[in-house]
Amino acid sequence: MELILALSIGVLGGSGVWLLMRPRTFQLIIGLSLLSYAVNLFIFSMGRFPVGRPPVLEPGTAGDPAQYADPLPQALVLTAIVIGFATTALFLVVMLAARGLTGGDHVDGRRQDH
Amino acid sequence: MLLAQAVLWPVAIPLATAALAACCWQRLAAQRAISAAGVLLMFAATLLLLWQVRAEGVQAVQFGGWAAPFGVSFVADRFSAAMAAITGLMAFATWLFGQADIRRREERAGFHPLFHGMLAGVNGAFLTGDIFNLYVWFEVMLITAMGLLVIGRTRAQLDGVLKYAVLNLFSTLIFLMAVALLYGVAGTLNMADLAVVLPQAGPSLTLTISALLLLCGFGIKAGYFPLFFWLPASYHTASITVAAIFAGLLTKVGVYACFRVFTLIFTVEGSGLREILAVMAACTMLFGVFGAAVQWDVRRILSFHIVSQIGYMLLGLAVATPAALAGGIFYIIHHIVVKANLFLLAGAIHRASGTFDLRQSGGLMRRSPLLAALFLVPALSLGGIPPLSGFWAKFMVIDASFRGGQGWLAAVALVTGILTLYSMTKIWMEAFWKDPLMPRPTARAVPAPMLAAIALLAAVTVAIGLQAEPFVAYAQSAAQALVDPSDYIAAVLGAVPAEGGAMAEPRP
Repeated sequence: MELILALSIGVLGGSGVWLLMRPRTFQLIIGLSLLSYAVNLFIFSMGRFPVGRPPVLEPGTAGDPAQYADPLPQALVLTAIVIGFATTALFLVVMLAARGLTGGDHVDGRRQDH
Repeated sequence: MLLAQAVLWPVAIPLATAALAACCWQRLAAQRAISAAGVLLMFAATLLLLWQVRAEGVQAVQFGGWAAPFGVSFVADRFSAAMAAITGLMAFATWLFGQADIRRREERAGFHPLFHGMLAGVNGAFLTGDIFNLYVWFEVMLITAMGLLVIGRTRAQLDGVLKYAVLNLFSTLIFLMAVALLYGVAGTLNMADLAVVLPQAGPSLTLTISALLLLCGFGIKAGYFPLFFWLPASYHTASITVAAIFAGLLTKVGVYACFRVFTLIFTVEGSGLREILAVMAACTMLFGVFGAAVQWDVRRILSFHIVSQIGYMLLGLAVATPAALAGGIFYIIHHIVVKANLFLLAGAIHRASGTFDLRQSGGLMRRSPLLAALFLVPALSLGGIPPLSGFWAKFMVIDASFRGGQGWLAAVALVTGILTLYSMTKIWMEAFWKDPLMPRPTARAVPAPMLAAIALLAAVTVAIGLQAEPFVAYAQSAAQALVDPSDYIAAVLGAVPAEGGAMAEPRP
């Protein structure tokens, strides 16, 4: 399980960085999204990595930490996903506007600016 | 209630203002009134916070009734209180300037909610005591800043915002990874708690990587040497009110975060960071100032100078003696006032001569001598001419780097100072001194609110210069608190349970 997680973080991060180097805006936005997925999984893996354990304690018991998943990284990832969603949506709007105004999807827009 | 929660008001007021202004989307008059009230209230709240921190020491509030390190902390020590107060001043000055500069079209596009949302993000970043929250405030700042950048809906702005957005989103992702690593090692995200836990954990490769990631993430935000290219590519496209507040505050949030993290959580001393920071500082200064030398657009010159000035602040952090940190803090305060003022002046020059291109403008000395006189104050201050604020700021960091055994950094700083003066002379010669090539039809008189805002900031610059002592003393005590953060840690972790369980007690 750890190996699968590590590989997916690596593949997502690598693809994201590669897409960020591309000159088209659509590739940029997909690259940023992939990179943020990689980071989210990375945060998730930071709270140890127990499989099939609940993050919430049973009511009325103190609970043994070893038997539970750490809920904080899950909360952090949730926050990061929400913020990432908002920024991606906003960025998409800006990108579409730029596409409309410049008539192209190159990141430098109008070439030979100044 | 009012005083006990003083840390929260500088964040809560702009947030509420933004929400209220957004509710009155169609009614511009109501938005303007709400915005004016919000700016004044926030300025008052930041001054109150500054006064309270001076009188009573570090202020800390735990959110939601959970004691630190479990709840979200808001903390104001001397450094962050000063940053919040200067944010209040900047908000007031740019709001005043905006009275004459912001067009109805921009107001209709949501200028007021975005402006206050950005201020909330900036103040939140200054006052939060939790490193994950710092990320959230960064994102608040980024989202609203993107909106403000494209508010004019021109091609150049959309082009600028693409670079701004991509690199800043990338930087927050890097920052987030660093936060995850910190959590993995320490199991906490409260900065005061991290300062306690990490020394027990001892040095490790994970922590080194985390520190470097933080440096990269904040470095992109702040515009440090290899990472500053987005800044001159985007700032000059914004409308001038927006550019002024960006130039004054946004990069400095990155610098503030660096100062906070690399004194409280990591140390520059003995971790190998000093060499990296020193080289970055020197290159930031030089590349910024050389970049400015070849530009002819006032806003682009000023954008490159933001970068070179950031180098001086980083120099303070690289040397990391109390005197150097005090110099860095003093430099940040001085720079925010002066740089925002120069951008406002660029707007006034544009209004008076009809162009941002220095080659096309000229003759302002004769046409508006008052503007010329007002330009001299921040321009000479930026160049470091006594007795203005820039002289003391440069004197403090350069003196500290000589004493800290980093003489070469001091030499670079001195050379950069001379080249800065060259750029300022260029603006003076071209825009004010020389005769205009031809009379421009678009040139108009500079409206009174613009002059008032510029004069206010110029007066602050002169005041800091002539009455430097209280400011220097404040910066020194703030730096002392950075070097020895025990008060900060005690205020966040210790004081709350000691006050009695009233806040920590779960409510029935």
